[in-house]
Parts: sequence; C-alpha cells; structure tokens
Amino acid sequence: MVNNAIEINNISKSYGDVTAVTGVNLNIAKGELFGLIGPDGGGKTTLFQILTSLLIPDTGHAIVEGLDTVKDFRKLRKIIGYMPGRFSLYPDLSVHENLEFFATIFNTTIEKNYHLIEDIYVQLEPFKSRRADKLSGGMKQKLALCCALIHQPVVLFLDEPTTGVDAVSREEFWVMLKRLKQKGITILVSTPYMDEASQCERIALIQDGRILQVNTPTAVTSGFDKTLFAVRSDDSYKLLLDLRTLPFAKRTEPFGEYMHVTTEPDVTAEYIAQILNSRGHKSIEVKPTSATVEDVFLDLM
Amino acid sequence: MVRLYYIIRKEFIQIRRNKAMLPIMTILPIVQLILLSYAADNEVKNVNLDILDQDRSVYSKQLIEKIRISDRFNIIEISSSMHQADKLMQDGEVDIILAIPPQFEVDFHKNKAGDLQLLVNAINGQQATVGASYLSAIIQSFNQEIRADAAPSLAMTGSMPEPMPRISTEYAYWYNPDLNYKYFMVPGILGELVTILVMLLTAMNIVREREIGTIEQINVTPIKKWQFILGKMIPFLILGMVLMVIGLTLGKLIFDVPMRGNLAIVFAYCFVNLTAVLGLGLFISNLSDTQQQAMFTTFFFVIIFILMSGLFTPIESMPEWAQYFTIPNPIAHFVSVMRAVLLKGSGFADVAYHFQVTAILAVVFNTLAIWSYSKVS
Repeated sequence: MVNNAIEINNISKSYGDVTAVTGVNLNIAKGELFGLIGPDGGGKTTLFQILTSLLIPDTGHAIVEGLDTVKDFRKLRKIIGYMPGRFSLYPDLSVHENLEFFATIFNTTIEKNYHLIEDIYVQLEPFKSRRADKLSGGMKQKLALCCALIHQPVVLFLDEPTTGVDAVSREEFWVMLKRLKQKGITILVSTPYMDEASQCERIALIQDGRILQVNTPTAVTSGFDKTLFAVRSDDSYKLLLDLRTLPFAKRTEPFGEYMHVTTEPDVTAEYIAQILNSRGHKSIEVKPTSATVEDVFLDLM
Repeated sequence: MVRLYYIIRKEFIQIRRNKAMLPIMTILPIVQLILLSYAADNEVKNVNLDILDQDRSVYSKQLIEKIRISDRFNIIEISSSMHQADKLMQDGEVDIILAIPPQFEVDFHKNKAGDLQLLVNAINGQQATVGASYLSAIIQSFNQEIRADAAPSLAMTGSMPEPMPRISTEYAYWYNPDLNYKYFMVPGILGELVTILVMLLTAMNIVREREIGTIEQINVTPIKKWQFILGKMIPFLILGMVLMVIGLTLGKLIFDVPMRGNLAIVFAYCFVNLTAVLGLGLFISNLSDTQQQAMFTTFFFVIIFILMSGLFTPIESMPEWAQYFTIPNPIAHFVSVMRAVLLKGSGFADVAYHFQVTAILAVVFNTLAIWSYSKVS
C-alpha cells in the first residue's frame, strides 16, 4: 500500500448531464512514469483536476502520497507539481519573473532547487528576460515544467504536455521526464498521442471516462491476439474502401502510408494480395505486423 | 509575508507592462477631471429669448433694455405677432417668449398693475426653469423701479402718497459665496473618478487570470485565499490613493478649489471607500467568466452609482424610495464627504455617518468577495 504514490478508488464526476469520468480505479507506484492515454474529451483533464484538488469528485476518493485530495488538499498542494494542459503562466511576466514568482509562492528560491531544473533551464536561460507569451511552444512547455518543479514536488502531474509541440521538442521533453524519474519523482502524464505511450513504464487507456486497460506498453501491444496486416498499394483511398468491403477484414484503419487490417486468424498475406490484385491495385505490399498501442486502442473501443 | 509581497510585486509588474493600462489609469482620469469640471456647469447662460412687444411704449423699451444688459440672455427677436414668436419656439430657436401685452404702460398707470406673460420651452428643462427665474428676477426689479418712479407722479395727481413697500431678498451663498460651480463639481467628480477606476480595474483583474488560465496554476499552490485577495487589493488601493493625490493637486492648481477641512479626513475616507469598492470589484470579478461580463456588470453598477450619487442632481430632491438607494452607494458617500470636508471644512464628527456606512459596505462587499472566491477554487 505504502508503495503507491497515487490511489484512485471508484471516482466518478459529471458536469450536469455530461459524465466526465465513471468508476475509475487506478494505482500508480512511487517513482513510476505513468501515462494516461486517450483521445480528447476522454476524461483525462477531469481526472487530473481531481487528483490536484481542483475538483471534488461526485463519488469515490483519491489518495496522493497518503493525502486525501479533498480533506488534505492544503498539504497536498505543497507536495505536488501540476502543469495544466493549457499554458497557465503569466504571459506578461518574463521567464525569470514567472519562475521566481512560483518559487516564492512555495516559500522557496530558484537557487535552492536549481539542481532539479538545471537541465531544462539552461535551454531557457538565453531567453531569461523574454516575456512568456513571446516564447515558442516548446519553450513555453519547458518553462511550465520548470515552474511546476521549482518547489521540488514528490508527484508531478502533466496534462498533455506535448500537445501542440513540434516533434523534436516532444522527444526532448520525454528525455527530460525520464531524467526527472531517475530523481525519484512520480510522474503522471497524459497524452492523446498513442506513439508516446511506449515512453511510459505503464499506461492506462482511457476513453469516455472509463479506463479500458492498464499495463506496460509492451504487455498492452503483445496482448493483442488478433491477426494484423500492414497493406499498401498505389491508390491508398481505393485501397481503404476495397479493404473495408472484404468480409474477413474486421477493421481497416489508415496508419501512416499503410493500412492496418485486422482479419480472421486463418487469412494469409498472399490471399489478401491476390484479392487486391483482382481489384486492379498496383505495387501491392502485404505483410504481417505487430500491433501498436493505437491498434489496441481502436480494437478496445 | 514574503509571499504577499511577491504577489503585490507581480501585480505592479503586470500593470507597468500593460501598455494600455498605465495611460488608462493616469492620463484618462486627469483628462476627465478637467473636462468634466469645465463641462458639468449648471450655470445658465445664453438663454435664447423672444420678446413679443405689443405695447411699444417707454416702459416696454426700458424693460427690454434691462434684459439686454443682463449677459444671461440672447434676445433673438423682437416679434410683433404671437404667430411669429410661436414659430420661433416651434423651431427651437428660442427658449422663452416674453409677451408684453398692448396697453402695458397705460394699464400700469391706470390700475397700478400690468400683466406680463412668460412662455417657457420646457423641453430643455434646466435652461428653461433657471432662465425663467432669472427673467422673473429682472422683471421684479424693473417693477420696483417703475413703481418708485411712478410714486411721485401719482402723488401729484392727488392720490394718497402711500409709501411704497420695498421688500427685497438678499441671498448669501455659504461655503461657495460666488456660486462657483467648479468648486462644487471638482471634489465630487474626483471622488467619482477614483471610485470608478478602481472598481473597473479590480473587476477585470481576477477574471483575467481565469481567462488566461493562470488561476488554475495558482489554485494548486499553497497560496491562501486572503493572501491572493489582499495581493489583488493592495496594488489598486495604492493606485487609487495616488490618483487622489494627483487629482487634489490638479484641483488646487487648475481650479483653485478651496480645501477648508483636514485633508487627512479626505484620505482616511478615501481609504475606507476604496476598500469597499475593491471588495465589490473583486466580487464581480469572481462571479464573471470573461472580462466582457465583468465590464458590463461593472457598468451597470457604475451608471446607477453615478446618476444616484448626488453629483449632478441633489439626493434631497430625489423621491424618498430613491434616497434609500443612495445608502449602499459608495460614490454618493464619497461625493458628500469630499464636498463637506473641502468646501465646508467639516470635521470628522460631521462626516462620521459616511465613515460608518462605508465601513459596513466594505465589510459586506469584501465578505462577498472572499466567499465567492472560495466557491471557484
């Protein structure tokens, strides 16, 4: 029990008629880098707001580092770092002023906890006196992360930190998170990008306010027990339409330059290629492939 | 304490950095003070007058001369027919028609009385009523002159030499002997401006943090409610006080407004008043989701507060129910205190009532502000 940094017990929350999360149960171990994966509107942000004491759940309760998010919210706010999905720093304050402000609010100084943010802050240092709203998307995220870290939180909540950030910055961001994890910080991060799931130690797939599955990214993908092919031809759109008419193809989804086709177990690659050939496709390529988190997700939906 | 200091410092940095905010807070109120004080002048000059002189006698000519000397009237036309005079009023060319009947002079000698008729265009209320009373005053004095002139001649005809009763009323305008409207308006307008500015700026403030999302970040920090609210109030309180200093200085330099009372009372009251207004502003801010909503809600209050503040129309002449509405109106108290202390030299005891009511308002508004903030966090 003591090993869990976050315990979520049967939490539900609705806004009027709209249910945001229903009956969520989840345990996250201390020091874990845990990903909450799901599309927009899946209930990720609501869950974050409950865990950071901004929202009171309708039912159930959540414990973060032994503190109840409703009863012990004052103590809780001292030990958690939260980075909301929307950029929430003062746009008219400079990089340094923002950081200093948040440090002071937590009764600490930048110097005292500089070791925590050093790796990230060195990249921001050249823009120290620039106003926060004049920063690029990636820089904004780095500043927000610094501000969330400056009081040395035990648990870090990052709500879609990589949304709207370029691919390189996203990659960098995950490297930073892994470094923070090595410092013993528990990190709960949410993302709508399925390809980022493999960066986490464990992930929870969330959709329409329900947790669909919780596991390690490899266990999630290897647990996919259906036959999956990656198919390509010269006319992608026609290919998609044709594949969707095949009786043995349970699901066809575009996936980069390939179509991912989930089929009956006894279907072979040659068989699919043969049919496509008869429908007039050129330069056909069909190969068995292993499932990604996205395939699993779409299958669970 | 360090935390509070940083919140206040952050507020000041933001105010300084906002390119629109600084001019709004400094230059605009000063321009308004000067402009409004010159414009909000209740003195009636240039009343347009048509005289329908159907008598064309010596008396009627004397009366017209007497009116012409007064600088308050523009004699647009000496009409000869009612029809012509009527048309001028219809067209809005004249505010008042003074009709001198035929046989005016003859009647006066015969009956010791003459009837004059004043037709007043009441569309422009102020101009008409005040103009009419000025005109009546001129006619009164003319009346006394001709009676005095006529007395000897009447005596010669053998009638009883009655002594003419000459009753005259003299007015003394206390606290503002020259009836200088600027003395009257400047303190009131200053109080009003400081209140509105502080209220509007505060109302827009917390809601702005909500709009840009910073409130979410703030809410997960250990900032206490009172620290956050105080951190918002103190900067605007300081600004309001500074504006008051600037305003009073300008009032003295430009308009030479008398400052008979103790200025410490003015500033002490300003402090209490701004505390109340800040509370109201924060309350509005907490209830609003966007700056636009906050602005319109503030306008609603501000317009009622100004029109019912006694700044332009005396509270005493409002209907009784409306007078009760001025009790929770911070601007009404501010205007009263400013005028009482500056013009009358009132001491603390004289304005203690306003202090008490405003202090109660401050407690009520700020309780509402803190209560409504806890609802959102």
